Amino acid sequence: MTADAWAQLALLVVLLGVSIPVLGTYLARVYSDAHTTLVDDASEPVGPSGAGAAPGDRIFLPVERALYRLSGIDPTAEQRWTTYARSVLAFSVVSVLGLYLLQRIQGALPLNPNELTAVAPATAFNTATSFVTNTNWQSYSGESTMSYLTQMGGLAVQNFVSAAVGLAVAVALMRGLVRRRSGTLGNFWVDLTRGLVRVLLPISIAGALVFVSLGMIQNVNSNVEAVGLAGAPVAVPGGPLASQEAIKQLGTNGGGFFNANAAHPFSNPSGLSNLLSIYLLLVIPFSLTYTFGRFTKDRRQGFAVLGAMVVLWLGSALAAMTFESDGNPQFDRYGVTQQADDGVVGGNLEGKEIRFGSPASGLYAASTTGTSTGAVNSAHDSFTPAGGAVSLVNMMLGEVSPGGVGAGLYGVLVFALFAVFIAGLMVGRTPEYLGKKVQGTEIKLATIFILVPSVLILCFASVAVLLPTAASSILKPGPHGLSEIVYAYTSAANNNGSAFGGLTASTDWYDTTLGVTMLAGRFLPIVAVLAIAGSLARKQRVPVGPGTFPTNTPLFAGLLTGVIVIIVGLTYFPVVALGPIVEQLSL
Amino acid sequence: MRPALADSLRKLDPRHMVRNPVMFVVEVGSVYVTALFVVDLSSSTTQENVFAGLVALWLWFTVLFANFAEAMAEGRGKAQADSLRAARADTTAHVRRPDGTMEEVSSSKLAVGDLVVVSAGEAIPGDGTVVEGIASVDESAITGESAPVIRESGGDRSAVTGGTRVLSDQIVVEITAKPGETFLDRMISLVEGADRQKTPNEIALNILLAGLTIIFLLAVVTLQPFAIYSDARQDIVVLVALLVCLIPTTIGALLSAIGIAGMDRLVQRNVLAMSGRAVEAAGDCQTLLLDKTGTITLGNRQAAAFLPVPGVDELEIAEAALRSSQADETPEGRSIVTLAVERYGLRDEPVPGAELVPFTAQTRMSGIDLDGTSVRKGAADAVKRWVQAEGGEVPHAMETIAHGIASEGGTPLAVAERRDGALRVLGVIHLKDVVKSGMRERFDELRRMGIRTVMITGDNPLTAKAIAEEAGVDDFLAEATPEDKMALIRSEQAGGRLVAMTGDGTNDAPALAQADVGVAMNTGTQAAKEAGNMIDLDSNPTKLIEIVEIGKQLLITRGSLTTFSIANDVAKYFAIIPAMFSGVLPALEDLNVMKLSSANSAILSAVIFNALIIVGLIPLALRGVRFQPLSAAAVLRRNLLIYGLGGLVAPFIGIKLIDLVVTALGVN
Repeated sequence: MTADAWAQLALLVVLLGVSIPVLGTYLARVYSDAHTTLVDDASEPVGPSGAGAAPGDRIFLPVERALYRLSGIDPTAEQRWTTYARSVLAFSVVSVLGLYLLQRIQGALPLNPNELTAVAPATAFNTATSFVTNTNWQSYSGESTMSYLTQMGGLAVQNFVSAAVGLAVAVALMRGLVRRRSGTLGNFWVDLTRGLVRVLLPISIAGALVFVSLGMIQNVNSNVEAVGLAGAPVAVPGGPLASQEAIKQLGTNGGGFFNANAAHPFSNPSGLSNLLSIYLLLVIPFSLTYTFGRFTKDRRQGFAVLGAMVVLWLGSALAAMTFESDGNPQFDRYGVTQQADDGVVGGNLEGKEIRFGSPASGLYAASTTGTSTGAVNSAHDSFTPAGGAVSLVNMMLGEVSPGGVGAGLYGVLVFALFAVFIAGLMVGRTPEYLGKKVQGTEIKLATIFILVPSVLILCFASVAVLLPTAASSILKPGPHGLSEIVYAYTSAANNNGSAFGGLTASTDWYDTTLGVTMLAGRFLPIVAVLAIAGSLARKQRVPVGPGTFPTNTPLFAGLLTGVIVIIVGLTYFPVVALGPIVEQLSL
Repeated sequence: MRPALADSLRKLDPRHMVRNPVMFVVEVGSVYVTALFVVDLSSSTTQENVFAGLVALWLWFTVLFANFAEAMAEGRGKAQADSLRAARADTTAHVRRPDGTMEEVSSSKLAVGDLVVVSAGEAIPGDGTVVEGIASVDESAITGESAPVIRESGGDRSAVTGGTRVLSDQIVVEITAKPGETFLDRMISLVEGADRQKTPNEIALNILLAGLTIIFLLAVVTLQPFAIYSDARQDIVVLVALLVCLIPTTIGALLSAIGIAGMDRLVQRNVLAMSGRAVEAAGDCQTLLLDKTGTITLGNRQAAAFLPVPGVDELEIAEAALRSSQADETPEGRSIVTLAVERYGLRDEPVPGAELVPFTAQTRMSGIDLDGTSVRKGAADAVKRWVQAEGGEVPHAMETIAHGIASEGGTPLAVAERRDGALRVLGVIHLKDVVKSGMRERFDELRRMGIRTVMITGDNPLTAKAIAEEAGVDDFLAEATPEDKMALIRSEQAGGRLVAMTGDGTNDAPALAQADVGVAMNTGTQAAKEAGNMIDLDSNPTKLIEIVEIGKQLLITRGSLTTFSIANDVAKYFAIIPAMFSGVLPALEDLNVMKLSSANSAILSAVIFNALIIVGLIPLALRGVRFQPLSAAAVLRRNLLIYGLGGLVAPFIGIKLIDLVVTALGVN
């Protein structure tokens, strides 16, 4: 790895290190407003700062009140987990239908300078599902399919709200863990509104302005006809890029405005915009661990979870950066080095942008797959098999390194329940997490949470490799082809949206099965998480003492990492062995 | 051992196996592989047959070893159950009807409320309460304790158990339990583990194990399509072997044995738990309510010092105390003699010609008369009254000393003499509660484990505080009434803590029922025994601490073996995956880090390891993981190192060794 790559990584770590406590504290205050902290037992403070004002109330509160009045929401009404879950599902169903409709009638609507026609039904359905589930799997090419209105008023809106839904579910789980003998988890509509108004919109606006200053475009112009270097005519696209890029990264969505996603120079003009993009997609998932520490009134609880996330993210980032800068080991046999070095753009450069280079592409790949973003600044299909495996395994981890906005935190907390349950007995007490006993109900739901993506991935992928219509989409047969199919289902089931490339996914089989996978992969785990939250909230809290299984120590962070790696590893080791591992070992 | 082997075969019954989903999957796999082996016997090569046969054989062993573990655990209780059954033998009861007539009824036909007359030499026909008379009863059939106990009507010693034997006198017992539902019947089924219910934690663990089994089933079933895609279609035998190796068979096989053995460890200590739930709750307890007397202090007070009033020599009062206590056979009296002998070198010899005045409840004094000289020792107020009645003066100093002792939590006994008609108070004996040795260390251990101890006593707060400080308990409840106890339990529980307590009296019953772990003394009343969820046959309140340790040990054993079992899987993948695929995909041979000699031997070695580890861990499952009274963080570090890291590493070594043996035997 080059010194430049190390410097980028170090800068990123410093930026995140500074942001995590600030944003984490802010998030804690946003979600612990008086309106959302009403509990049965008034003497029990629920949120980190109790019932209190959040920063920026003077600006945000009037906006929120107006929204509540408009939509007829009583912001003081608390919801049980079932109502909370129903609200999430109802909101998402309406979102899917609305987005589908918008795509179908975009031809008749304004802001369509390139005069694009209605999106085909299957694609429209797949896209609606994909954006509502925070997956952003794209089986279309943005510049030639979606009008600016669809992009701005449909896809970008879902970028915001799907992320806010994830945040809300994570907050509901945190409330479940800290409330005691409470029947309710807060109010979904309030959590959704506050996440949008106070977190996602302000940061996105700031981010978009910075992006514009770095050379990202922001217009509603039609394509400009120009003559390319080779002398052939090219259509240079326009579009409201910066505004969409910011939320695409911040909300861990990843859906590109252009087909080339973040490899396109208008979407990601420089090394700096690249680094800022990576920062944006990591900042909320990491900061939520700090929020968790504030909620539990023990910052070390948050640090333990953060520790596990950092180990997984940094490990995968370093692995991907190293594999890509080292390049193909076969060259070594011929005395040729492909390695990137200071001043030499090297490594495995196939499918990569020269302005980023191999290590930064590896860093981007690891971060985008670790966060359920799925944006790409390089072709993952062209990575070394080991480098590609990093992305694949990152998604298989269930998006906890550090995972999607909200989804990462609730995912890692479910794994924490497993870690506590498996190892917690070893201290001689019924396992408990944050004073809440982990019993049959929670284990059943947590098992469902883990089981859903593995069932979807393994079942659909195993059918696809044998089904001629599905297997014919493979670009490169052999182990790489297996990776292509497994990658697609892993991406969909974990709501990542990252595309390996190679696989021709715009067929009926993949549109349908991936659509089903995205929906099931998003909402079954969410319902399980909310049910866990509901069950935990009802429980009494066991006071902490020397006999308590410690979950705020580096040892627990290590245990949690081990449990995640072992559970995921045991589930997917055979298929990864037959895909990328055998491919890498055969080089 | 032999009955356990037979039981292991009997337990192969699928109706029994299905209660344990993990081992049921193994059994189905065994049947399947055996069927394949038989079907393919003629069409396969010898090598294939030997391989399939060996895999089938070891899969069966896996199931049998699991059954064997359970049978072994059950076997320990069976012997005890047999001796209990002998005590339950049908006897003839003499029932006294309301009209006064007597009737002979078989003990199995008794009804609740019947009055039964039991005379010396007869067995008590059923559980009940003594309503008339007093008798000495031999309860050794239940407690193993040969010394007879006194049972009498009224009070806290009125409960009798069916199957015990009256040694002297005659009592009338009101039957309180239906035949078949007596204490003895419950005890038999408990020690046999016949109607053992899964405990909440066991259920949750089973859900986890079932979930893991589903995940691995999925991983193995979908592996075949991926294998076919990779042109490496797998033999079903190999896939079943992989599945059995991956699913958590180690903990699945030992789970019920661990539970039974935990209950059995209680039985070995003469504690009967009415449910496994109570044993688990014992591990979770964060507050122990301990009765002062008998638990924290020795049952009786002991002499600690002789304090003379001014003008009296210390040796003189010691001598007087010794002489006046020679007639006092109470433990307090004996302790005075002991103190005088040990500290002042006096001799405990009868004084020739002296007349001993024994202690009585009326006088509350004991003493000695010799040649017109009388020495008396007794409760301070009794001695005072004696002195005044005889026309003497009680010095102010005595009152001061006595008050000082009382305020420290001790009991003052006064000593006075009448020599030549003159009365003289010599001084005061300081009797104090003696904290049992080792209790402070015990409580320190409990504190490290995060358990708070609260001493319950009827003493006044001053006395209670002094003893609490000396014993090192965290808190005390003085002048405790049953209502106070109840309130204390409720407030602890409201704070989320689980509470354990012991009790014997009827007025303890509500608190015993409210506590998460209520240990009733076997000497206690029927009401107390029914309210508690454990009964201590030895009636030793200190045992509560052991019960908590056993509960913790049970949970630790379960957790350690679960961790071990899951950690084991990593090595099995490294054995089996290269074995399955390196034929077609030679690059995967790099994953064969153990350098196992051949594909077949690798798979077979993994299966054999998987079976043998169950046998290897049976002793640990039955004995329990060694328990250390440390903080949770320390225990976790230790056990994670042994069972987590050990679980990762052990199978790499074990499988390699088995592979060497298998290869040496020529199985390839």
